[in-house]
Amino acid sequence: MVDVAQAVAAAGRDSYGRIVATLIRVTGDWTLAEDCAQEALAAALERWPGDGIPGNPGGWLLTVARNRAIDVLRRAAVENRKLQEVAMLGEPAPEPAGEIEDDRLRLIFTCCHPALAPEARVALTLRTIAGVPTADIARAFLVGEPAMARRIGRAKAKIADARIPYRVPEGPALAERLPGVLAVLYLLFTRGYDADGEPAFADEAIRLARLLAELMPGEPEAASLLALFLLQHSRRHARRDAAGDLVTLAKQDRSRWDRAAIAEGLEILLGTPVAGPYALQARIAACHATARTPAETDWRSIAGWYDELARIQPTPVIELNRAVAHGYAYGAAAGLELLKAIEGLDNYPAAVAVEADLTARAGDTGRAVALFRRAAELAPSEVERRALLARAADLGAAG
Amino acid sequence: MKYMMFVCDDTEPETDESLVPDIHTWVAENDAAGRRITGNVLAAPSAATTVRVRGGQVLLTDGPFAETKEVIVGFDILECADLDEAIAVVAKHPMAHQGRIELRPYAEL
Repeated sequence: MVDVAQAVAAAGRDSYGRIVATLIRVTGDWTLAEDCAQEALAAALERWPGDGIPGNPGGWLLTVARNRAIDVLRRAAVENRKLQEVAMLGEPAPEPAGEIEDDRLRLIFTCCHPALAPEARVALTLRTIAGVPTADIARAFLVGEPAMARRIGRAKAKIADARIPYRVPEGPALAERLPGVLAVLYLLFTRGYDADGEPAFADEAIRLARLLAELMPGEPEAASLLALFLLQHSRRHARRDAAGDLVTLAKQDRSRWDRAAIAEGLEILLGTPVAGPYALQARIAACHATARTPAETDWRSIAGWYDELARIQPTPVIELNRAVAHGYAYGAAAGLELLKAIEGLDNYPAAVAVEADLTARAGDTGRAVALFRRAAELAPSEVERRALLARAADLGAAG
Repeated sequence: MKYMMFVCDDTEPETDESLVPDIHTWVAENDAAGRRITGNVLAAPSAATTVRVRGGQVLLTDGPFAETKEVIVGFDILECADLDEAIAVVAKHPMAHQGRIELRPYAEL
C-alpha cells in the first residue's frame, strides 16, 4: 500500500502540471483542469492497489483526467467541437511530446505574468504547476488557507477577466518576460519556510527550473538558475545544528554537502555561458561548493564575480557581499573601504555585522566588540542575536 | 476583447522623459490598425458634475466623485486580442511615460 501511495505521489509530481497545462489549453477552464487532475490522482489511489500500477502512470492519469473533463463538459453541454478536441487528447499515443511540453511552458509564463501580483504569481505557480495543496502554501506563507485560496482565486479570475494570454511570448517580448519568470522561481525557492526553518518549496523550485531549462535550451539564464538552486540546495543538510540553529558557511560540516547536486550544478555551468545575474550567482556558489575547507575558498574569483554582479545589479545587498568577498580576497582594509562607499545600508543589520567582522580582522578589537553588540541589537532573530553576542564575548575575552 | 484606458496624470515627479512618443502618431497608428474604437481628452475635473438619484430626486454635485490628486485626463477604448497586445499599445501612449494609465477590460456578460 505504501508503494502504491508513493507511486501515485511520484506520478503526480511528474504529470500533474502536464495534465493541468494541457486541459487548460483545451478547455480554457483552470478550475476544471485542476479538479480533473486532482480526481485522477484520487482515482489512482483507489484503483492502483487492486489493479496494479500501470506501465505508463502519467498516461493513465492523463486519460482519467481527460475522461473526467469530457464528462463535466458533456453535462455542461458545451459545443461539440471543444468536446472532440478534449477526446482526442492522449489518443492513441499517450503523449504527443512537443505539444504537451509547450503547454507546460505556456502555463508557467501565464502563472508568472507581470500583470498578476508578485505573491499571487508564486502561489499560483505552486498550486497549478507543482500541484502543491493550497493548505501547504498557506502554511508556508503564514496566512490562513481561506486567505490563500482567495488570493489564488483572484489571480485565476484576473487571468480570465483581463484575458491574460495562455502563450509563451516570442521575440523581444520573451527577453522582457523571462527574467520575471526566473524571479518567480527564485522567490519560490527562497520564500516560505517549513517547520524546520528550511525553505518549503526548494524541491518544487528545482523541478520547475529543471523543466524550464529543458524546455528553453537556448536561454542560458534558465540553466544557470537551475545550477544556482542545485549548488545552494546541496548545503541543506549542513545548514543547521542539532538545536536547529543556523550554521555559517565557514563552520558547516562539508562532508554533509550533497556531492551529487554539486556535481550536477558544476556540469551545467561548464556548458552555460555567463549571460546574466543567475550565471554570476551560480559561479559564486560554485566557488564555495568546490572548496574542501573554508581556507581553500577562491575568494579572488568570488570577488571578481561580485564585481561583475554589482555592475549589472548595483543593489546595496550585492555591494555588501562584494565588500565581504574583497575583505577575504585582499584583506580586511580593502573590504572596509568598499563598505564605506555603499549607500542605503544605514542600520541594515547584516551590514553592521559585516563591518564588525572586517573591523575585528583589521585588528581594532575594541571597536569590533562595540559593533558586534550594535549588530546584535539590530538582529532580526534571536538565533542571530545570540551568535553576534557570542562573537562580541569571544573578542572581548581575547582582547 | 475590449479594454478601456483611463488616462491619468501623475503628481509624482518620476516621469520617463527619455523617449516620449507623439500622441498624434499613437492615435493614427491605432486607428489605422482598427485597435482604437474611440477616445478623447476630457475637460478639467472642475467642469465635472456628479449625478445621483436618491428617493426619486436628482441630486447634483459640482466636481468629480472622487477628489484625488491624480486626475483622469482622457480615455480610449481598445479592441485587442488579449492583455499583452493591450499592454503593448498602452506602453506607446505618451501618458504612460508622463502619467499613468489604468487598463480595464470590459466585463463579459
